[in-house]
Amino acid sequence: MLLNDTINPGSGTRRSWLQRIHLDGLLLLGLIMLCGMGLVVLYSAGGQSDALIHRQLLRLSLAFGTLVVVAQIPPGLLYRWTPWVFGVGVLLLLAVLVAGDIGKGAQRWLDLGVIRFQPSEMIKLMMPMMLAWYLADARLPPDAKHLLIAGTLIVVPTLLIAKQPDLGTSLLIASSGFFVLFLAGLRWRLLGGLTILAGACLPALWYFMHDYQKQRVLTFLDPSQDPMGSGYHIIQSKIAIGSGGLYGKGWLNGTQSHLEFLPERSTDFIFAVLAEEFGLIGILLVLLVYGAVILRSLYIATQAQDTFTRLLSGSLSLTFFVYLIVNTGMVTGLLPVVGLPLPLFSYGGTSMVTLMAAFGILMSIHTHKKLLPG
Amino acid sequence: MPRPLTLKDNLQESHLFMRRVIAAVIGSALLVSALIGRLIYLQVVAYETYKTQSEDNRVKIEAVPPNRGLIYDRNGVLLAENLPAYRLDIIPEQVQDLDYTLKQLARLIELRDYDLERFEKQRERLRTRPFEGIPLRLHLSDEEVARFAINRHRLPGVEVRAVLTRHYPFGSSTAHAIGYVGRVNEKDLQILDETNYRGTTHTGKVGVEKAYEDILHGAVGYQNLETNVQGRTLRVLDRQSPVPGSDLYLNLDIRLQQATEAAFEDYSGAAVAIDPRNGAVLAFASLPGFDPNPFVKGIDVDDYNALQHNIDQPLFNRALRGQYPPGSTLKPFVGLAGLEAGATHAHSKTFCPGFYQLPEGERKYRDWKRSGHGMVDLNDAIAQSCDVYFYDLARTLGIDKMHDFLAQFGFGHKSGIDLVGELGGLLPSRDWKRNSRNEPWFPGETLISGIGQGFNLTTPIQLAAGTAALATYGQYHTPHMVNALRRPGSDALEPVHVQPVKRIPIINHDHWQQVIDSMIAVVHGPRGTARKLAEGIDYRIAGKTGTAQVFSLPQEDEYEYDPEEIEKRLRDHALFVAFAPADQPEIALGVIVENGGSGSGVAGPIARKILDAYFAGKHATQ
Repeated sequence: MLLNDTINPGSGTRRSWLQRIHLDGLLLLGLIMLCGMGLVVLYSAGGQSDALIHRQLLRLSLAFGTLVVVAQIPPGLLYRWTPWVFGVGVLLLLAVLVAGDIGKGAQRWLDLGVIRFQPSEMIKLMMPMMLAWYLADARLPPDAKHLLIAGTLIVVPTLLIAKQPDLGTSLLIASSGFFVLFLAGLRWRLLGGLTILAGACLPALWYFMHDYQKQRVLTFLDPSQDPMGSGYHIIQSKIAIGSGGLYGKGWLNGTQSHLEFLPERSTDFIFAVLAEEFGLIGILLVLLVYGAVILRSLYIATQAQDTFTRLLSGSLSLTFFVYLIVNTGMVTGLLPVVGLPLPLFSYGGTSMVTLMAAFGILMSIHTHKKLLPG
Repeated sequence: MPRPLTLKDNLQESHLFMRRVIAAVIGSALLVSALIGRLIYLQVVAYETYKTQSEDNRVKIEAVPPNRGLIYDRNGVLLAENLPAYRLDIIPEQVQDLDYTLKQLARLIELRDYDLERFEKQRERLRTRPFEGIPLRLHLSDEEVARFAINRHRLPGVEVRAVLTRHYPFGSSTAHAIGYVGRVNEKDLQILDETNYRGTTHTGKVGVEKAYEDILHGAVGYQNLETNVQGRTLRVLDRQSPVPGSDLYLNLDIRLQQATEAAFEDYSGAAVAIDPRNGAVLAFASLPGFDPNPFVKGIDVDDYNALQHNIDQPLFNRALRGQYPPGSTLKPFVGLAGLEAGATHAHSKTFCPGFYQLPEGERKYRDWKRSGHGMVDLNDAIAQSCDVYFYDLARTLGIDKMHDFLAQFGFGHKSGIDLVGELGGLLPSRDWKRNSRNEPWFPGETLISGIGQGFNLTTPIQLAAGTAALATYGQYHTPHMVNALRRPGSDALEPVHVQPVKRIPIINHDHWQQVIDSMIAVVHGPRGTARKLAEGIDYRIAGKTGTAQVFSLPQEDEYEYDPEEIEKRLRDHALFVAFAPADQPEIALGVIVENGGSGSGVAGPIARKILDAYFAGKHATQ
């Protein structure tokens, strides 16, 4: 183990002031860069609305505030709370199904009087925490019994969210759970078996899908089939990206997005605006920062001192990558439209806070280290 | 940490974890490579394609139809105006389920089969121009607009637009003269420039509206619009304004026109009044008329059929296309032909025993007056409308000389009036009969031609124009409806092009004077056939009565069993031609009253009323 940089955590020369308030400088720099670039693109995508930027800034402050607060929570405390919070989360999911508000045709919100709250956001964090908690004491790689229980822990909330219906989030949550198992050393043979099993379950999944979800998949397979209907998003998005070319049309000059040809351009499809206005060069630059953030997160995971924090931080890092790849894949037409925002770029509150909370956990894990016995 | 770390092999787990992280990074790198590959494809390889598509997406060219020119009468009274109206458009590309939308719309507004058929045809035609609104209904009522407004959120791709539509404030009075505009159809598009008519829904169908379509229409404008997905306009990028059509000023006097119509009372027929000094058409009436305004909106099939099958044929433009035997109204022209050709003299007399016989034939050609007119000269023959005199004159003159002389007055060919669809009547000749019927000419046919019967057919326009030429000693002006046009943005009236006057060669000026005097005698002479017209008159009329036999009866079942109706429809057509004041003619008239019975009894009084109205109007303006 690479213990030498944590051997003297208390020495003033090795620890910066950031580390003293449990923040990771590199990760924080990456996040701020991404959020900054996100604001630039959002200003253009949102029709240069100052109000929109103000609201997004407010959310970002809230999100970074959350990050800072979460970073102060020692991983041990998180460990102890995990099963309880997870339980509450699952109960809330049930509550949503019974009494949830319907927003855009899906029941995802829970109206708590003061704020509207999406329990699925909370589960995004609780899922990897719960699995990491469960496997923390197990001998790894996990045995059959552990796998079975872990599997159940993944499937129940996933199905509850899929039923809302929120396919995108449920798949993300399932994958965050799965990443814990993967990082815990799930055997490759078993992995292969699961893949085959998942493939076999696809028809069943199709059966449970809502019509609009089926339509999305069909549209993904052939967007031109319904160019003015559900294929429209993809066609317009591809036009936006393609017409950006290598160097882009320039900031605020994206015609596709400004003329409202591109739907959901401030939210799920903001990547297309980025592509249209800043071109391939701009995208590669942004992807570079994303890559840096993810690699730093994974580095933090490798530096974690125990199974819980290791699995948790690893899973959170990989889930963040999945966010990125699913959204960009969807916008570029590589994946079906599942309705996931581009992390840190898209306009919207809850997911931003959740993401920052996740990075808060990562920073907490990285900065709350104990001297270990050699 | 409160956990027993020592129970697990932390180092081994750590290595396992490390391997898994490396595997994940490799997997992620592969996915990112796929993404970058995709981006390179979209942004570099297929860049041109998407760039073009994005340009197409952005800008929508919309045609801006010009405002149609207005039509005024000679005194500046508005006869054809443009009123704002609401039109319902559908943009098919924005409608999710067209059948459903149409069904929903049918609940909110009245949709007739006609509207739907027209819409489908338009849609077929405009398939190459996506995102263009296709009119479904014109002239929405306020209530329909309100009902739609409430439901519009449920009906994407349907919009109500404020447009200008044609309206004819005088309704049926101007229906035959001005005509009307109607929806552009396939047939129109074969003639019209499709580019210039992008955005134009209506075009002139008949009358002045059709004849002057190119002047009234103007030139289409364009605007480049930036639009969003909903087709909503975000910004007008650039705009080339349409050039409105020019306004037209007619020669028509709407007061005289209305007086003319009123003079006919319940009779069918036609009257054309011309200023003999320049050919300006002062009144142009065909009765019964019809309201042209429903044709603008798109007339209901039932209403149209009712008009179409009406026995009085209101849609038939009698003034332009009605061909009637001129009867005795032709006699002044035949008489002048005789004088100018030397076939007769003003004072040479013919005995009228009440019939005429060709030397080689048995057949008796009767005079309308059984007892005969006795010894008559030309003046008597015209004033009393003696047939025998003209039988004899026609025989002396011969059909070909008669034809050639009368043709100079516009008989037998289209006058060239600035209206579309004119018919030319028929002025018989040997050549004509040989060419068209391959039959020889019989001497008896010359006789009846001499009294305007037989093959002779004239239109009311020809009667008026011919009479005008007679009144002005041979100055034949092509009748014209439109006097001047006013180009958009200009106050100056610009005269329209008219055919130059044709001068009929005069052999002896006195011959003309003699014929005109005889026509004055028709009204003002003691034995004139229309002497009743002179009662209480303060100007002098030169006129001629005429009666034309009706040979055929319309074979309409519903009238077959009504003897009174049959009797009425078998009655002769009554005619009257006139000009006034006789010495300085300002107005020349051709009047035909269908089944009027007698020229003197019915057509004459109508002519008098028209002339009275003309002079009363003239005095009123002076």
